[in-house]
Order: sequence, then C-alpha cells, then structure tokens
Amino acid sequence: MKRFLVLLSVLCIAGGALAVEPKEMLKDPAQEARAREVSKQLRCVQCQNETIDESNAEIARDMRVLVRDRITAGDSNVQIIDYMVGRYGDYVLLKPRFMASTLILWLGPLLLLILGGVVVVSRLRRGDAQPLAPLSPEEEIALTQMTNETTPGDTK
Amino acid sequence: MSESTATPRAKRWPYILPLVVILALGGVFGKRLLDVERGRDPNLIPTVLLNTPMPSFDLPPLPARGDALRSEDLKGTVSLINVWGSWCVACLSEHPVLLEIAKSGEVQIHGIAWRDDPARSLEWLAQHGDPYSKVGQDPHSKTAIAFGVVAAPETFLVDKQGVIRYKQTGPITADDWRNKIKPLIAQLNQ
Repeated sequence: MKRFLVLLSVLCIAGGALAVEPKEMLKDPAQEARAREVSKQLRCVQCQNETIDESNAEIARDMRVLVRDRITAGDSNVQIIDYMVGRYGDYVLLKPRFMASTLILWLGPLLLLILGGVVVVSRLRRGDAQPLAPLSPEEEIALTQMTNETTPGDTK
Repeated sequence: MSESTATPRAKRWPYILPLVVILALGGVFGKRLLDVERGRDPNLIPTVLLNTPMPSFDLPPLPARGDALRSEDLKGTVSLINVWGSWCVACLSEHPVLLEIAKSGEVQIHGIAWRDDPARSLEWLAQHGDPYSKVGQDPHSKTAIAFGVVAAPETFLVDKQGVIRYKQTGPITADDWRNKIKPLIAQLNQ
C-alpha cells in the first residue's frame, strides 16, 4: 500500500513534465523565463489544445526555438506574439483577444449570470406580491377529511 | 378547484426551453457533421496570409540540385510553392497531381523540403519523380512557420508581385487543380 502511494505521488509529480528540452533553453534565465511565458500563450497549431510549451510535436519545438531566437534578437514578447498571430491568425492564441468577434465569448457568461439573476429576482418578487390564495370552504373540508383518514389506501 | 390547477399560459414557456436548446444544439452539431461529410473541414485554419505578400526567404538547395530558392527570384512569374517532406504520407498521394501540373507547363512548381534530411528528399524525388523547378531546404521550419504551415502538404499560389493568392491545405486533387488553381493561374497571367 505504501509503495502504491509513493508510486501514485511520483506519477502526480510526473504530470508536470516539460516538453522543453535542455538544449533548447536560453542561457540567460531572465530570457528563458520570457520564452516560457510567451510559449505558454501560443497554441501548438498541430495539436490544437496544447501550448507549444507543453507539446512534443515537432512543429511546436520549432515554434519554441523561433520564440527563443526572436528573444535573443531583441524582440519584445508582444512583437513575438504578434508575429505568430500574423502567420496563423488569432487561432494561435490560447487566450482569445477581446474584440468584436469574441465579445460573446468574453461577456456571454456574465450575461447569463445577469439573466439568471433577473429571473430569480423577478420570481421572488412575484412570490411576495401574490401570496397563496386561501383555501376555499370545499378545500378546507377535503383537507380535514384527508388528515382524519387513518386507513391507508382508502380512496373514499 | 379546476380554476387553481390550470397553469397560466405565461408560465409554460420555461418548460419548453430545454427542448428548444437541445434542438438548436442538434442543428449546430448536424451542420458541422454535414460540413465534414462535404469535405469542408471546420478544423482547417483559414490563412490570414491570403492576399498579402509572401514572407521573404532564402533557402539552400538540395545538394547538387540547382539553385537556392529565394523569394526575390520568384517575382515576375506566377508560381506554386509546395511544402512537402519525404516523411509525409499525404504528399505521396498528392505527388502524381504535381507531376501532371509540371508536365502541363502551366506553372512552375517550387518545393520547400520541410524538416527533411536532404539525402532522403533527393532519394524520394529520384524514386517518385521530380515536379519541382527549385527546391529549398527548411530544416527548422523557419519558412514553414512564416507561411503559417500547420501540416504538409500545403501549397501556395503566388502571383507575379509575390502576393499569395491561394492556399491549399492538404493534398491538391486533380479536381482542385482543374477547377480552382488552373483557372486562377490563367487569371493571374492576364
């Protein structure tokens, strides 16, 4: 059991393994950190739902190397990301930009929340305004009859 | 009694809502499925480079096979730029069409040997035929990324001014050539 737990915890740690190979890394730790930051925002165009930082695909590796080349050449993070967007479109960004075509994406959840809030509030208000109508005399009688019934299954 | 059990009309619509949502979703999914059936893959990334100048490149030739492939040299003629690799299975299925195009003499085809061992590229061309005017090597995807290439084969039709006029993602079929690319070349040559 103990062994199993150790194995499990090791496996959990292994989940965060890097795709970035040591020989790809830049010598300057600050530049390397920037490269990682940029890479985490860029989608591996072949694998669709991985960042190029995580992906082992060859194109992702070449994109990582290109990011690092551009950093050493003196480009800013924004310039590098703009370059990739210029090649692959907004698709290459894992986090969609805030613009007209993505408005519904960004504001949709908020809109739903507001809509839900409005529905809840209006329902509560209506409940306050219209209390349940009192029972009619016939219903009162039916109720007392029902509560006085002791034999189960008696349908009268 | 009967009066209190009747549901007012206005209160009924929330119960129809789930049905409406499910039908709408079904419609969207159905459309996407039909798109794939008809060969319009919704996962294809539309190229943002269409009608923009091609990126500039200067790629070394395959060993002992003609000149380097330079973007500058392509100006003045309409050309097809085909991104391929000897490792690429789909390129092999496309190859007969490229050979046909080269034979027709309608347009010159240049190859970008993407992420390939030059010896293997040459061997592949010797074995399957060589439709290319020039072939440039792009071992580290620099030019492929500049063209926004996702997977080989991809082909770009470039006009005399060096502007990208058409992009084919995946193999060119005989049909694509006849109905899309050839007419476009005739138009660009006017």
